[in-house]
Amino acid sequence: MSASAGHGAAVRIEACGKTFADGTRALEPATLDISSGETLVLLGPSGCGKTTMLRIIAGLELPDAGGKVLFDGKDMTSVPIERRNVGMVFQSYALFPNMSVSDNIGYGLKIRGVPDKERAARVAELVALTNISGLENRRIDQLSGGQRQRVALARAVAIRPGILLLDEPLTALDAALRDRLRGELNRLLRALGITTIYVTHDQAEAMELGDRIVVMQKGKIAQIGSPREIYFTPQSRFVAEFIGAANIIESPLENGHLVLPGGRQAIGGDANMPAAVAMIRPETIRVIEAGSAPLSGIIDSVSFIGDRQRLVVSGASNRLLTVDAPNTVQANAGERVGLLISPDAVRLLPPED
Amino acid sequence: MSHRSFVWLCLLPLAVVTAAFFLLPMARLVVTGAEGPQGIAGYLAILTEPRYRATLINTVVLAAVTTIVTLVVATIAGMFLQRHRFPGRAVLIAMLTFPLAFPGVVIGFLIILLAGRQGLIGDWSNRLFGEKLVFAYSIYGLFVGYLYFSIPRVILTIMAAVQKLDVGLEEAARSLGASPWAVQRDVVLPALAPAFVASGAIAFATAMGAFGTAFTLATNIDVLPMLIYTEFTLAANFSTSAALSVGLGIITWFILALARSFSGSTVAAAG
Ligand SMILES: Nc1ncnc2c1ncn2[C@@H]1O[C@H](COP(=O)(O)OP(=O)(O)OP(=O)(O)O)[C@@H](O)[C@H]1O
Ligand SMILES: [Mg+2]
Repeated sequence: MSASAGHGAAVRIEACGKTFADGTRALEPATLDISSGETLVLLGPSGCGKTTMLRIIAGLELPDAGGKVLFDGKDMTSVPIERRNVGMVFQSYALFPNMSVSDNIGYGLKIRGVPDKERAARVAELVALTNISGLENRRIDQLSGGQRQRVALARAVAIRPGILLLDEPLTALDAALRDRLRGELNRLLRALGITTIYVTHDQAEAMELGDRIVVMQKGKIAQIGSPREIYFTPQSRFVAEFIGAANIIESPLENGHLVLPGGRQAIGGDANMPAAVAMIRPETIRVIEAGSAPLSGIIDSVSFIGDRQRLVVSGASNRLLTVDAPNTVQANAGERVGLLISPDAVRLLPPED
Repeated sequence: MSHRSFVWLCLLPLAVVTAAFFLLPMARLVVTGAEGPQGIAGYLAILTEPRYRATLINTVVLAAVTTIVTLVVATIAGMFLQRHRFPGRAVLIAMLTFPLAFPGVVIGFLIILLAGRQGLIGDWSNRLFGEKLVFAYSIYGLFVGYLYFSIPRVILTIMAAVQKLDVGLEEAARSLGASPWAVQRDVVLPALAPAFVASGAIAFATAMGAFGTAFTLATNIDVLPMLIYTEFTLAANFSTSAALSVGLGIITWFILALARSFSGSTVAAAG
């Protein structure tokens, strides 16, 4: 949470489910607390209900009966969006084509009856903040994708919303621009201290921007936690595989060891089960001499990525194992290598379904 | 064959049609208009002669009011029909567009059935107030007829335009605090402007020139097409009817051009 936090509203969603008129169950009843000034990211694959949850918070969709949306403890469920004071950035930006850039940014203020002079000052402030000086009088169709994104953000922030809602604001941009804007957006959101709910299906975006991440799967909340918690201690196979790269190993357990084709691997803690599903992140596996290692396998392939190299090892586990090794390690396909994995890096997952 | 000569070849049918059916008769019409006893001043008579002038003003006002009322009714109805799903919607749309096929005579007939001497409205008003309300044989009957005629056309255009509206724009406006009225004013109507001009132009031109309905209702309604008809057939006044025809064309064309240039600027702004 940033130092200037405090003027953002706290949001509570209580048992909010959503069934559309055609019977589609887009969201199972979910309860979620978002503290003032926090940036919460809704992350999940396409169709998992992220937009639906965002639209319920915005007031563009009504939750199913029994669901409640509260801002700062006040029940807002039946308050229409125009009286919720939320700023929204749409994936398509939805900028008004019949207005100039500055008229777009100033629209919310004009609706609120803010005097011309004050409005112009606020618009100028936002133009500077979002780095779009010189474009004020352009029409929307004369802007690039990145510029439109900034205008959309400036317009949403201009009204000093208590909550800022962003639905995949960077998805329409190319990769390089997306990376740059992500950093910019991050600094801006922290500086503003508005409670922010950010929808994305891009885990890198979620990691960088989120104070907390809500991972969603098929209309359900799969896990809520800080980026670190989500990454290091996923609570399900789905979360483990969705965030970052993960080796998922199904194997029998014996005296606190996974029993694998290529040897034995100790696990942290004690688990008294006959078998386990375990997750090992590729970068936690060290490549060592084959002779001295408790676990070994044959290198199937090596891909050099630049900052590291990715090895695919067969024979160690019952499935191919992905290993991220430093780019200084000498590794060739066909060689036998030992794999050293700290017991703490082995994360046991609940058996699927 | 070069690309250029191919394009010219394609233009040939257009050129022939334009010359045969448009330029030559138009030229003849313009010349005829100046061949009356007053010569070229015959054109001036459209404006100076009180009867002609009154008819002209009558026609333009009737066409303008028809266009405006049509646009208002069709926009509200079209928006509702496009945005809402309810039982009987398809039937209602089919019914609304049914009159598209009717010629002016049938429209006139319907108006007489509605507001004529034996009409429904007269019947009811007679029962309720003891007085028969009859307006089919006047410019008011004609007005209702033109509405009946243009509303289906305009509704279809508006519905197509509403379907293409970006709902996100309306949601964005609402998120910024705009009331439903403000959303209509600032987002929806500007986005529909091109459709208004296109369909309004058709409604206006139709109301300026439609003849069948007027002719069916009465021969003494003061609108230009009727005037042209009476000058032409009853008075055999070829030159005046030609001058009036040219005047009708020019005025309609001028008003449409005005609307188009006005919308041109808003269309450009709407990107
Ligand atoms: N108006 C609607 N009527 C019926 N079903 C809908 C409607 N809107 C969304 N859905 C369905 O609800 C589910 C969740 O949709 P939602 O838009 O919330 O997904 P999402 O997580 O935002 O996906 P994406 O990443 O593709 O945007 C989907 O299966 C979708 O098809
Ligand atoms: Mg979505």
